Amino acid sequence: MPINYYIFLSVALFCIGVAGVLTRRNAIIIFMCVELMLNAVNLLLVAFSKMHYHAMSAAMPSAGIDAQLFVFFIMVVAAAEVSVGLAIIVMMYRNTHSIDVNFLNRLKH
Amino acid sequence: MGTTQLLFWFLSILAILGAILVVTSKNPVHSVLWLIVVFVAISGHYILLDAQFLAIVNLIVYAGAIMVLFLFVFMLMNLNADTEPQKNRWLKIAGVVTGGALLLVLVAALKKADLKAQMAEMGKGDIGLIHNLGLVLFKDYVVPFEISSVLFLSAMVGVVVIGKKAEEDKTTLGSQKYGG
Repeated sequence: MPINYYIFLSVALFCIGVAGVLTRRNAIIIFMCVELMLNAVNLLLVAFSKMHYHAMSAAMPSAGIDAQLFVFFIMVVAAAEVSVGLAIIVMMYRNTHSIDVNFLNRLKH
Repeated sequence: MGTTQLLFWFLSILAILGAILVVTSKNPVHSVLWLIVVFVAISGHYILLDAQFLAIVNLIVYAGAIMVLFLFVFMLMNLNADTEPQKNRWLKIAGVVTGGALLLVLVAALKKADLKAQMAEMGKGDIGLIHNLGLVLFKDYVVPFEISSVLFLSAMVGVVVIGKKAEEDKTTLGSQKYGG
């Protein structure tokens, strides 16, 4: 497939994630939309890796392999991030008995 | 239209539909389930792009572990559509317009990009196999690999500390009992 299609697919997924972060008030759903954006970027990285391999494989047999490892490391970091983020949300729920992000506006007052 | 192209369009539509339903579902548990559908579709794209190892890792780590963690937290909090906080209508419309404007700007900027000749050819190449990835990972990227294990350890310790802190307030009664 032409690389354009992958770019537009990733952009669409990313923008849906942005719209989700802006429209929802449930902290966990916002967190899930962030994960969605992260995955859109991962998909684009893999598509670019494949494109790079297609263009460069004659000169360098392992072209594009770095991007796939980057995606692997992004997944590693995302797993750690999710565990810490969910712990923070659980602690917030214990303190306020709600996961509405509008409760967290105390800096305003 | 070949099989791979049909699969590409099917998986793309599935991913975008799932993503829209993640955002629009009233029930948070349905959102999690639709997000799993999106991740499965993205794993299908990885397989189409010959990144087999990443496809399996994506399924195991994201659709398996992380989404189960999300579901677990939802069930811990006993959330459903009735307790779901709602923004008012104008804020929702503003959010959707903002996301749509970002989409419009990015698509308009990238539409003219001179990438027509660049192809992400399917069914060719073996860079996504675990053998080749593992060789590069343990030769060139061994230091980041080890550092990521430290990251995991610190994340684990951090989660335990965060989870414990709130409990101390609740158990002050118990410690008073022991103290007295």
